[in-house]
Amino acid sequence: MSRLLTFLFRRLPIGWLQLSHSKGRLFAAIAGVAFTNLLVFMQLGIMGALNNSTVAPYALIRGDIILSSQEGNTLTDSGNLARVFMFQALGVPGVVAATPLYIGNLPLTLEDGSSIALLSFGLDTAQPGFVADVIAPDMARLVIENTALLDRDTRGLPGDALARITTGQPFAFEASGGTLTAIGTMAVGGGFLADGMMITSDQTFLRFFKSRTSGAPDHILLRVAGGLSAERVVERLRAVLPPLIVKVQTMTGAAAADLAFMSTERPTGIIFGFGVFMGILVGLVIVYQVLSTDVADHLREYATFKAMGYDQPFFLGIIFEEALVLAVFGFVPGFIVSMGLYAGLVAVTGLPVVMTAPTAIMVFVGTLVACTLSGAIATRRLAAADPADLF
Amino acid sequence: MENDAPIRVEGLNHYFGQGEARKQALWDLNLTLQRGTLTILMGPSGSGKTTVLTLMGCLREVQEGKVSLLGHDLQGAGEAALVALRRRLGFIFQAHNLHESLTATQNVLMGLQVHGPGDAAKQRAAAHHMLGLLGLADRVDYLPANLSGGQKQRVAVARALVSNPEVIFADEPSAALDKASGRVVVEMLKALGQKRGVTTVMVTHDNRIMDLADRIITLEEGRVVSDTNPA
Repeated sequence: MSRLLTFLFRRLPIGWLQLSHSKGRLFAAIAGVAFTNLLVFMQLGIMGALNNSTVAPYALIRGDIILSSQEGNTLTDSGNLARVFMFQALGVPGVVAATPLYIGNLPLTLEDGSSIALLSFGLDTAQPGFVADVIAPDMARLVIENTALLDRDTRGLPGDALARITTGQPFAFEASGGTLTAIGTMAVGGGFLADGMMITSDQTFLRFFKSRTSGAPDHILLRVAGGLSAERVVERLRAVLPPLIVKVQTMTGAAAADLAFMSTERPTGIIFGFGVFMGILVGLVIVYQVLSTDVADHLREYATFKAMGYDQPFFLGIIFEEALVLAVFGFVPGFIVSMGLYAGLVAVTGLPVVMTAPTAIMVFVGTLVACTLSGAIATRRLAAADPADLF
Repeated sequence: MENDAPIRVEGLNHYFGQGEARKQALWDLNLTLQRGTLTILMGPSGSGKTTVLTLMGCLREVQEGKVSLLGHDLQGAGEAALVALRRRLGFIFQAHNLHESLTATQNVLMGLQVHGPGDAAKQRAAAHHMLGLLGLADRVDYLPANLSGGQKQRVAVARALVSNPEVIFADEPSAALDKASGRVVVEMLKALGQKRGVTTVMVTHDNRIMDLADRIITLEEGRVVSDTNPA
């Protein structure tokens, strides 16, 4: 390590030598930075899972434009929209197809008496082009009443039930006083809103959600003519549909808006964002404490170096060298432990907690910046190193 | 000869404290120290010898009067100019002030690397040579914690001398050394003056080395009370 740093800095690695000389302090500092990394990674991981589960339903549906109620917030937290707007939209040049989308949370009762909540999507089976390609071939089978495609990553779903469905044997569940039969599976995963997801025909959906009517879907999905810009058709639709009632968005725009809403409007998003901020703050304080104590403990040595003719950039270099060492050495264990905890969280909750390369790089760069910032604050103590006091 | 003097002090006054607590530590001091000489500053505690040393070594700001070091007037000199001057000096402190996490060699290397990265192998060889001259050839990789007080002081001397300074300021350099070692160090400083023209200003109470001085200046209450040339 000393040789590498000597090669990098082209001088003795004073910062590293100082830190490694006090093993206990070095260990405490690295543990502190690692813990900070762990805090930030966990907050970002859960926030990422929240974001992933927010946009995961979009993977089930296809469409260029989505019409929603202005009262709604996200795809799954929506108001109802009069189906008449679908017919109006079909009259707008560029719109070639439309279908209503019904969404609801359905509790299912399992054979052992336990229950799981499924986010249910009701769609017109005659329009398989509005669902994901992997699901589209199965849509025709949902014409049979009270049948559903079940999310095989659903939390709490018994293994034997899943085995039966995947081997082609239907599996019946109790739901809302009726019997629902799973005839196939798809892979989406659980989220914060439900244990898993389910797709049924619109007719089956309305049968199990008795308070809902076909004339008031949650959203209306539209497809535009090939080669036509969805944004341009959105503008046309906004000119036709009442803006106070109907929200017109592209599908990608709606997903981005959902993410923004969950991150900035929902308490959960704000809480996790605050958690990240607190993690960074804790890291700043820990590194500042370590570095400023280190400066205070070595004031005589620094004053000696000043007397010898070393200038301010040299001292700043030592502090930033220490900050770099702490950032790198703290990041590695923080990252490894976080990976382990992510795996544990996925196993226990089924939440889509994923470590992505951009997140890891962002946290590492953030750690470097935070450590450097702490170092910069700690250098203020260097002013106290007066070589005249040495005599 | 006068113009060649590396240190010239004229009408130097210095004060500590402010307001009613302000106390004058030096009174109208005038000194000219010639190149290659070994000058010893003596005097009781509080007589102002350390203040003179720090003012000459550009470690303290000149308030009144003039101090010229290696041809540069220190009063009003900028930080960059002072840093550049300090690199031409060598300091030996009573309390050695070695860096606890650096080995003897690394501490001495600090005296060289202040001038830039340089050739690492040559610098290392120079550090080992200097430590060898001071009888520490078998201690080059020791940390200060594993050295005796005298050995630490000799490492500090090596650190001050390794970069061939033009002026050396020393504060009780032989205090932590036994008689023989203390004399070796001061003889080395004396030889540097004779061979290379290095000027040494030393504060000491060690009577064992007075015979090596070219000049002995005694201060009392901030004034020169005696200025002799024993040789």
